[in-house]
Amino acid sequence: MAGGLDSFDWLKDRIKRPKVLVDLSGIAELKGVRTTSDGIEIGAMTTLSEVVRHPLIKEKYSLLAEGAELAASPQIRNQGTLGGNVSQDTRCWYYRAGWPCYRAGGNICYADTPTGRNREHAILHAERCVAVNPSDSAPALIALDAKFVLRTPKGERIVDAEDYFIGPDIDITRLHILKPGDLLTAIRIPSTWAGSKFYFEKVRDRNVWDFPLLNVASAMQVSGGTIERIRLSVNGAAARPLRLKAVEDAVRGKPATAATGEMAGQLAVQGAVPLQFNAYKIPLMRNLVKRAIGGVEEAKWAS
Amino acid sequence: MGILKSITEWATNPWGQNVPIHIAWFLIWVAALAGLLFLIVHAIYVRYFAKAEEYADDSSPTLATALPKRIPRHSLAARLFHWIMAASMFTLLITAFLPKIGLQFDWVTYHWIAGSVLTVSILFHIVHASFWLDFWAIWPDRADLIDARRRVLRFMGRPAPPPRKFAKYPLENKLYHGAIIATGLAAIGTGVFMLSRVRTIFFPRNPYLFSDMTWGLMYVLHGLAGVGLIALVTVHVYFAVRPEKLDITKSMIFGSMRREFYLKHYDPQRWTVRIQPSDSISTDRKA
Repeated sequence: MAGGLDSFDWLKDRIKRPKVLVDLSGIAELKGVRTTSDGIEIGAMTTLSEVVRHPLIKEKYSLLAEGAELAASPQIRNQGTLGGNVSQDTRCWYYRAGWPCYRAGGNICYADTPTGRNREHAILHAERCVAVNPSDSAPALIALDAKFVLRTPKGERIVDAEDYFIGPDIDITRLHILKPGDLLTAIRIPSTWAGSKFYFEKVRDRNVWDFPLLNVASAMQVSGGTIERIRLSVNGAAARPLRLKAVEDAVRGKPATAATGEMAGQLAVQGAVPLQFNAYKIPLMRNLVKRAIGGVEEAKWAS
Repeated sequence: MGILKSITEWATNPWGQNVPIHIAWFLIWVAALAGLLFLIVHAIYVRYFAKAEEYADDSSPTLATALPKRIPRHSLAARLFHWIMAASMFTLLITAFLPKIGLQFDWVTYHWIAGSVLTVSILFHIVHASFWLDFWAIWPDRADLIDARRRVLRFMGRPAPPPRKFAKYPLENKLYHGAIIATGLAAIGTGVFMLSRVRTIFFPRNPYLFSDMTWGLMYVLHGLAGVGLIALVTVHVYFAVRPEKLDITKSMIFGSMRREFYLKHYDPQRWTVRIQPSDSISTDRKA
């Protein structure tokens, strides 16, 4: 258990009853921000507040600071950790209520039905389960090309941020690749994207604090108004944060304008399949991607 | 109910009902081990204990010389069906059970496509076998039962006349076919309804088509049929690669078998080969 904010929900509701609970908060090695020869390394147990306040992160990797600052409330950020934020479970209430859905090992998705309450659920890559990943820091870390350091029974393993997350097509019971016995120890952010042009936007029902309906994170390197390099990620659209590689390829070499953003937005939602109550997510995602590339002023909101 | 509880997993649905959700996955290993155990025991028996086959003498030297060198056994359509069914069956088993034992991949799409192919191929087979093939050739008849009794008595060392040679399909083959029909139809019958639980091109998704209890029992039946097929397919592959059965296996590839093999194992009166100058008539067709 990291900060415990996700775990205690399960325990208080008596839905998960682990025989043993290991509190990781006493392990100093898992905490803090360290500079490395090529960027920074953030211990998985570093709190979101520490991430938000850290001067180097604010200066060079402000995308992560923005994402972390928009997660939850100040009290939760003081206790919640970066590792916990990226590894937290989905918020689908059918699943969190302990019903025997696919994600819980059963044979049904209660959300993907004609009458299911699925306003917050997936529009992309749904495979039986339509739950979404609720992390705000995950898309920022994908955009920053972060590497996740895992300690497993077989030794250390380092994976790209986007490969840390998995969808229901691969494993319907987990949102990430951690298996029993594995531990996320640190997150490394290379200097490649340090000081780039960043964009993070989160849309939620309550702006005081809430999980994202959708969020978008982009890191762009622009020269003379032309996008030279870009990494773009959205979360809340699928069971894993999505890196929009096709969009990145499409906009590379094009001007960072509203027109490019428009094209990128259209491309980003290709293949989206709305459920009964979440069709709004398609124009929402299209517009978020448009704003991430064209900027807020240039890319006016379109319905 | 006791045994059902021990081989299934149950859960409480939102309405507080305790319902089955699927089979207990340890049955995968039970089926795999059962198939493996069978082939080990059979291989040891054949290698060290089995006596040479002895049949009632019904040889006809005239017939032997009149027969073509290659005895036609399976038509092209029948062979195509068999291999399409085999490919879809392997795909179904791999996509169903490898994820359950830890090899994670995107299996659902492949699974329902393979299931659809299998369903269509089985429908074709039913029509083809009913109207173009000798439908009754694969079903046990009185002669099979009499010969089976003789074989059992002789196996036990008791006096009995030697059994006749086989018809086109030995009794074991017919019984295996019956087992495949039972498990295959159970898997397909439930699988067709289960298509409505996932996104396919066939039906709008509707998981409330049946009650949770009915769905649960359907998943259990599908799972039991699936693990049963693990054992059955294991046994089938084992017999297909056994040296003394290779002629039969090859006939499923090339369509015909050696005349010597035919004369040694089959009764020309029970499996009649039509003799024509062209040697090209397939004998799984209606006479």
